[in-house]
Amino acid sequence: MNAIKKKGWKEIPKGGLILEAGNSEQYETGSWRSQRPVWDEQKCTHCMICWVYCPDSSIIVEEGRVKGIDYKHCKGCGICAAECPTKAIAMKDENEFREKEGV
Amino acid sequence: MSIKTAAVTGNEAASYALRQINPDVVAAYPITPQTELVQSFSEYVADGLVDTELITVESEHSAMSACVGAAAAGGRVMTATSANGLALMFEILFIAASNKLPIVMPVVNRALSGPINIHCDHGDTMAARDAGWIQIYSENAQEVYDNLIQAIRIAENMKVRLPVMVMFDGFIISHGIERVDYLDDATVRNFIGTYQPNHPLLDIDKPLTFGPLDLYDYYFEHKRQQAEDIKNSKPIILDVAREFKEISAREYGLFESYHLDDAETAIVVLSSAAGTAKAVVDELRDRGRKVGLLKPRVFRPFPYIEIAQALSHLKAIAILDRSVSFGSFGGPLFTEIRSAMVEFKKIPENFNIIFGLGGRDINEQDITGIYNQLDEVVKSGKVKERVQYLGVRD
Repeated sequence: MNAIKKKGWKEIPKGGLILEAGNSEQYETGSWRSQRPVWDEQKCTHCMICWVYCPDSSIIVEEGRVKGIDYKHCKGCGICAAECPTKAIAMKDENEFREKEGV
Repeated sequence: MSIKTAAVTGNEAASYALRQINPDVVAAYPITPQTELVQSFSEYVADGLVDTELITVESEHSAMSACVGAAAAGGRVMTATSANGLALMFEILFIAASNKLPIVMPVVNRALSGPINIHCDHGDTMAARDAGWIQIYSENAQEVYDNLIQAIRIAENMKVRLPVMVMFDGFIISHGIERVDYLDDATVRNFIGTYQPNHPLLDIDKPLTFGPLDLYDYYFEHKRQQAEDIKNSKPIILDVAREFKEISAREYGLFESYHLDDAETAIVVLSSAAGTAKAVVDELRDRGRKVGLLKPRVFRPFPYIEIAQALSHLKAIAILDRSVSFGSFGGPLFTEIRSAMVEFKKIPENFNIIFGLGGRDINEQDITGIYNQLDEVVKSGKVKERVQYLGVRD
């Protein structure tokens, strides 16, 4: 995951105000993650338990099937991995990926 | 323009200014010596002379919180307090400033507990000096009135949008009766104009968020903005003073110099003690002594370069602090000025006098003694004691 370009002090609204509603998606909480959930499509039964439990709506689902994980917003809490009945999600050290991805 | 001259207390002068300003909301809690100010304003409210919603809250923490809410909603908002009341507001002072809410608050300076004391010193507002508010100290009731009217314009200036405290000395000014020249209502209302909030929460067509979580990725940028905005208020304060002179014929700056230009020694002191010091300067000048005075008006933003420049030609200066900063090198005024003077090659001999804590009087003899001590320092080139406590019994 690439870090989003952060704005300078002259570019942002004063007083910490957020001037539009409904923009929490733009805040990429994925940068907080120290453990990364890695999804194994082979083991997944698409039971949707991870989707129900994920507190950050970071399980990507299309037409009733899990498609992957939204790493821009996943904070790495590990609930999905803990709840998955088929152990299709494994938590890995984020550093392994960051070195590879050059972040 | 008509002028009404009145004999009033400092508190009454402040409440008269509040009446003319006619804020949308005042949320306040009574505390000595501020009580009379809000009591007198509540009479204006009861008599229907203002449109203000007066919220009588259960504490100063609530008072400042209500002010923050009302100001965020888009109102012109004021309150007033003293000492322990200001201390109870402490958490919300920072929130008001960081949210860029132009609340204006007279603060009647009083010693902080403990032991409990109701009389004047500057320990309360000095403790709040880093809260992000503009701080303006007033010498007398006239300055209280004038500074409050100017404070509205300073706070609400689009380049500033910061809260402002206007200070005056508890009992000495708040309860002493002095002559004050009031401007007429129309002149004041025309001077302050109508308040245009930047981002009012009550503008339901433009929903926005005040006070969201702001972590290591943006908090620092917001603090940097605040540092810039309070720094940039300096020319605005001077602009407002120039305009105020046009309606009042009274002159204000970042500080006041009194017989300073040709002086060899000078005292630097805030608020009412500067009035006493002026009388001493007059007396000593009559006897041919080249003494002067510098009275800072704006403490935040601190006009460090201007004050250091104004003092640079002197041989020796005494900086008087009516507060103590426990464990620091000296009082807040002393440490600011001493560090500012490093900007210039020639630094006058200097020492710090802590005085007047808990309302201990400082009189003309005390101040004459300080000028005498300055003469000795000039003669010997030596400062015996850098930080002194005036009038404390051994």
